[in-house]
Amino acid sequence: MGFESFLFYVFALVTLWAAGMVITRRNPVHAVLFLVLAFFSSAALWLLLEAEFLGIVLVLVYVGAVMVLFLFVVMMLDIDIAALRAGFIRALPLGLIVAGVMAVEIFLVVGPANFGLSVFPAPEAAAADASNARDLGLLLYTVYVYPVEIAAVILLVAIIAAIHLALRRRPDNKSVDPARQVRVKRGSDRVRLVKMAPEARESFVRVATTEKRENP
Amino acid sequence: MIELWNALPVVIQILLKITAILLPLLALVAYYTYAERKVIGYMQIRVGPNRVGWRGLLQPIADAVKLMMKEIVIPTKADKTLFLMAPMIAIAPAMAAWAVFPFDEGLVLSDINAGLLYVLALSSLGVYGIIIAGWASNSRYALLGSMRSAAQIVSYEIAMGFALVGVLVAAGSLNLGDIVDAQRGSALTWFWLPLLPLFGVYLISGVAETNRAPFDVAEGESEIVAGFHVEYSGMGFAVFFLAEYANMILISALTALLFMGGWLSPLPHAWVEGTWLLDDGFHWLLLKTFFFMFLFLWLRATFPRYRYDQIMRLGWKVFIPITIVWILVVALAVVYRLPPWWSA
Repeated sequence: MGFESFLFYVFALVTLWAAGMVITRRNPVHAVLFLVLAFFSSAALWLLLEAEFLGIVLVLVYVGAVMVLFLFVVMMLDIDIAALRAGFIRALPLGLIVAGVMAVEIFLVVGPANFGLSVFPAPEAAAADASNARDLGLLLYTVYVYPVEIAAVILLVAIIAAIHLALRRRPDNKSVDPARQVRVKRGSDRVRLVKMAPEARESFVRVATTEKRENP
Repeated sequence: MIELWNALPVVIQILLKITAILLPLLALVAYYTYAERKVIGYMQIRVGPNRVGWRGLLQPIADAVKLMMKEIVIPTKADKTLFLMAPMIAIAPAMAAWAVFPFDEGLVLSDINAGLLYVLALSSLGVYGIIIAGWASNSRYALLGSMRSAAQIVSYEIAMGFALVGVLVAAGSLNLGDIVDAQRGSALTWFWLPLLPLFGVYLISGVAETNRAPFDVAEGESEIVAGFHVEYSGMGFAVFFLAEYANMILISALTALLFMGGWLSPLPHAWVEGTWLLDDGFHWLLLKTFFFMFLFLWLRATFPRYRYDQIMRLGWKVFIPITIVWILVVALAVVYRLPPWWSA
């Protein structure tokens, strides 16, 4: 067993273990952190496949951005774990059947009949200076340019829809408009000067003395 | 000597190289804290630390000894494993990112093609240390601090990533060494000039990413005590401190590398070739890095803290539009071979 296959088995085992922990941990924050570990070790597996661009992007996008937001939400929510776990045994048979069907389907599609060594011979290792990002970019923006553009448009629509759903103009919102804040000049805009007639000092003294006399 | 080096197993060679990078880095971090206290002291017409050693030069060592001797307090009901893991998660990416950093022509631990992407991916992992620390401490202040910092880091990462997209469009490569090579010429052909808006965005986002003043709402000592690391004592706190300063050094060094020509001399190559000190070399990179490191301290001594909604507005409504527009400008300049940067 070479060093490379040793690495493969280590990362594959870590991925499987972490994925198992995701669905068995009681604490949702722990589950999310194990999901992060699963993503991380799958990124390492992609690196072993010489897909370094995809592997690093997996870390950058899923681990660095998506899972951070996930963790953010899970920490803020007060999740009732007992209610979530109720009925586990009752749902278990159905869950096992669905999982079994899915495993068989995946095996039929990507199993040795379609992707075995007899159908696809093992690819040769790329040269050390082969640029994965460059090859991928050339393919994406020439051969696959229409799928890329369509995916981009769909994502744009999703962004606009999400913003539209989340953006409610609430009447009691007290947000400040920075442009108006900046426009404020010294003096007239900031303070209101009120002219008052001066009060005589004498009257104060007289009031004080009369008060004193009334309370011996 | 070289024969002895080649006779060593590859693993040992790599370990020795890692040590050669990390030991000076940690020493630099220690003296960066000293420099911060001195620089800010003089800016505020104080003297700063001046008791331990000549002019206080042994102060960082005294601090390190003090922190190591202190008891590590673990709060009740804290998630013990995560509480202890958080500082390590914070410091690991700050150290690992140096693996692809070229210090001079060809002087790099791992010369990978996707170097810039690797640095970006690793710097996006640093936030986990902060979030986990805030959550595992079982403290309201710590959780508030980590929430603030998570939102801030995620927002500014986008602007930072887009600024780096501009750099890689300009250089046509993700390899950090090639990016420096693409800036060859003089101080006027470095990327700071054609990418001036991106340079500004990158630098300011870098300050925000490292949670430094004026973007240090994650610590906000006047509102939430000390933010995410309020429950940490002794070495736990020290490791967070190390991670923050290592990240500042990394951002400074990357700015020098990506926008200021790295180890290239500011004078045209033909004038300085073969001359002592003026020629390209590691010392130029060091000088530029030190300038940006000083800038971090200067900013802290100068500006008051941003308000939280202003931070979000700056990140989303100012920086991201600027970067998107300028990426388009740079792409057009590269396609139409705008001289003097892309004339060849």
